[in-house]
Amino acid sequence: MSNPLLLQLAVGALIGLGAGYIGSFMILRRMSLVGDALSHVALPGIAIAFLLKINPFIGAFAALFVAIIGIWALDKKTELPSETLVGILFTSSLAIGLLITPEPELLEALFGDISKIGIADLWTTIILVATIILLMRKISKPVMLGVISKDLTRSMKIPLNKINFIFLFLVSIVVALGLKVAGTLLMGSLVIIPAAAAKNISINLSRYNLLAGFFGIISAVAGILIAHQYGLQPGPLVVLSGGTIFLLTLLFKK
Amino acid sequence: MQEVLKVENLSVEFNDHQVIKDLNFSVNKGDVLAIVGPNGAGKSVLFRALLGLIPYFGNINWAPNIKVSYVPQRFNIDREIPLSVAEFFKFKTTNNEKIINALREVGLSDPQHDDFHLKEHVLKQRLGWLSGGQMQRVLIAWAMLDNPDVLLFDEPTSGIDIGGEETIYNLLKKLNEDHKMTILLISHELNIVYKYATSVMCINKEMICYGAPNEVLDPAALAKLYGGHASFYKHDHHHE
Repeated sequence: MSNPLLLQLAVGALIGLGAGYIGSFMILRRMSLVGDALSHVALPGIAIAFLLKINPFIGAFAALFVAIIGIWALDKKTELPSETLVGILFTSSLAIGLLITPEPELLEALFGDISKIGIADLWTTIILVATIILLMRKISKPVMLGVISKDLTRSMKIPLNKINFIFLFLVSIVVALGLKVAGTLLMGSLVIIPAAAAKNISINLSRYNLLAGFFGIISAVAGILIAHQYGLQPGPLVVLSGGTIFLLTLLFKK
Repeated sequence: MQEVLKVENLSVEFNDHQVIKDLNFSVNKGDVLAIVGPNGAGKSVLFRALLGLIPYFGNINWAPNIKVSYVPQRFNIDREIPLSVAEFFKFKTTNNEKIINALREVGLSDPQHDDFHLKEHVLKQRLGWLSGGQMQRVLIAWAMLDNPDVLLFDEPTSGIDIGGEETIYNLLKKLNEDHKMTILLISHELNIVYKYATSVMCINKEMICYGAPNEVLDPAALAKLYGGHASFYKHDHHHE
């Protein structure tokens, strides 16, 4: 695949699929805000990776991993919404990231730049997205039961804390992957918007999961194509394509 | 009578705040025990302790190999979840026949209607779109799939639909009789307690009364349980 546009489309579509699918569970768990704020945490990780001259994906993932452990611990400790704390911690880390990211890389880190990917990225993306989807399918039953009733799920001796951790781990991988497409500022919407659109027009779970993944693919492909056509940044256009799909689904809301 | 549950000196504390204090009671096989008390009296906390979901002091002893199923309050379920009733059941079993039988048993289908009716109007429906009574029946049917020995039933706070509630309790009574199932239920309707429960336990953090409903639910116990309002209203009414 030597054609850079085809390569971008393939990687973008895969990330859209993974983000949409994982996002469909995040929305049901009322993690929309967390998803959005979580992506900001990646910035200091990327900055440190740049400074140490290692792969920014590794840096982003490391920072996200620390963040999900924090969310997991909070979630385990209390039933109360921890949104305020998450909001404060995560925007603070965005601020730190802004200060320490080298100037030339800042724009790319903030908004993503999928035009800079290579064939190795395609393989990494295929493997990671396939892993995410397979693992998510395996834990989707307890995750959904947890959404319906935590007490009911725990009364069935399902280890909900462990399941939550695996789930958050998958979220951190998908967010780290998506940084290439949408950057630390916009990645959250890549997870949330396709799922929110799918929720508008779904009665059952299988259709909802499927549509969320599908809308993720469509947003990514449409955004990258429009950006390519007009010489614009793909990241914002991917998000806006998702927003347009969301508005269209509102017309058919169930 | 075979004892299925024995609770001794049960106390629960949240952050040094005592929520349940020194409860002692036991439940025999086939009993219907109603737990009554004002809001915040610790009724749901008691259930969570019995299910082993929260830390507690004292002893909770279930008989060996007892299967306990829990029916949560229907109001705690988000109506916006895109999940069909069929998918909800598939979380527990893929055996369609078992699902249909369970739904029949809780009265969501009658012999006049064929399976098609059940599939189209119940199973394909979004879980959150069911009426309150239907949702409760679905939750009971779901719990019944495990063939439990004991059912913990947490009733919604207010009796919006008295007729519907009566039939839910008729259903519980039927399950109790047909399967010799032991039932622990949290209730807010005293008339329902009189009619269906074999024993009642009034709690307001600590035990206020415990025994057969028509023996222990006297005005003095109710006044102590609900803070004396019952007699106050009676008096007021008398003067009008």
